[in-house]
Amino acid sequence: MTWTSIFIAGILTYFTRVSMVTLIRKEMISYNLRKILNYVPSVVFPSIIFPGVLLDDVGAFVTISDPKIFGAITALVIGFFTRNVILTIVSGLSSYWIVIFVF
Amino acid sequence: MRSKYEIFKIGIKDVAPHLLSVFPFGIIFGAIGIELGFSPLFTYATSLIIFGGASQIVFLQLLSGGASSLIAITSVGIINSRHFLYGAVLSEYLQKLSLIKKLFISYFIVDQGFAVSNQYFKKNPTEEFNHYHLLGSGIILWFIWQASTIMGIYLGSIVPEELGLKFAIPLTFIAIIVNELRKFDHVLVMLVSGLAATFFYNAPFKTYIIISPLIGLFAAMIINKLKK
Repeated sequence: MTWTSIFIAGILTYFTRVSMVTLIRKEMISYNLRKILNYVPSVVFPSIIFPGVLLDDVGAFVTISDPKIFGAITALVIGFFTRNVILTIVSGLSSYWIVIFVF
Repeated sequence: MRSKYEIFKIGIKDVAPHLLSVFPFGIIFGAIGIELGFSPLFTYATSLIIFGGASQIVFLQLLSGGASSLIAITSVGIINSRHFLYGAVLSEYLQKLSLIKKLFISYFIVDQGFAVSNQYFKKNPTEEFNHYHLLGSGIILWFIWQASTIMGIYLGSIVPEELGLKFAIPLTFIAIIVNELRKFDHVLVMLVSGLAATFFYNAPFKTYIIISPLIGLFAAMIINKLKK
């Protein structure tokens, strides 16, 4: 049941927030574990980005000239140099739209 | 010594630039929820109960794509596991609070709020009411996220499908990781997990969302061993 899953996901998410603050002291986390956990955003987000850009709705590879590829590369380049969240999204989306609507 | 209210206002002020990205992200999220076929109430409930933008999108995407509830919940857990690290860092500054206050303030620990408040804590470690900074940044982020989700739910239906709003999902995540793009080890780990996700995308029950981050973390462990 999906409503139940919202509540379980909510409790689980709250647990990720509250557990360390209430139960664990900073000294209890090993140096190595802290280093590995540091990579969590770098492993989870690309796992969503890559298929979202490289694959279509049915899970087949898009062509190299797909607007999504152009939009993603633009966003990566702008993001790399500006490190600005808004500019990254806006540049990616607008270059994606330019390919779709102009060319 | 600053007053509670002053520190609360500094928290709001410090996180303000991030609201410019949280607000459209919330609108996009609300619109995507509807576009994926969920009801307004169901879409909004994720913002109130889960309150974690990226994980909410993945949660709804996986459910709409036919993934099991277990997979969707597990994915939310994996994506939000970064809060363990935030909590570990913040615990140093929040240890003085009563249990009730810790339980309350923990609900508001999100990426942007953690980032700006942790900077404030480092600069003002002994300030008695410095946790009001986290409350200020967290509560304004919470309010903007709730409001923008509701706006997106009702504005989304008038946004034409040709705009391809779904593409905003990978773009939003690209914007989140841009700060790590200058670190070679992180880029390497991103490539490993991203390519693994692409390779395992058609695996049963959308398990790629669990398999590929684990492969990426394993790669991170190897890279850290080699660095020593």
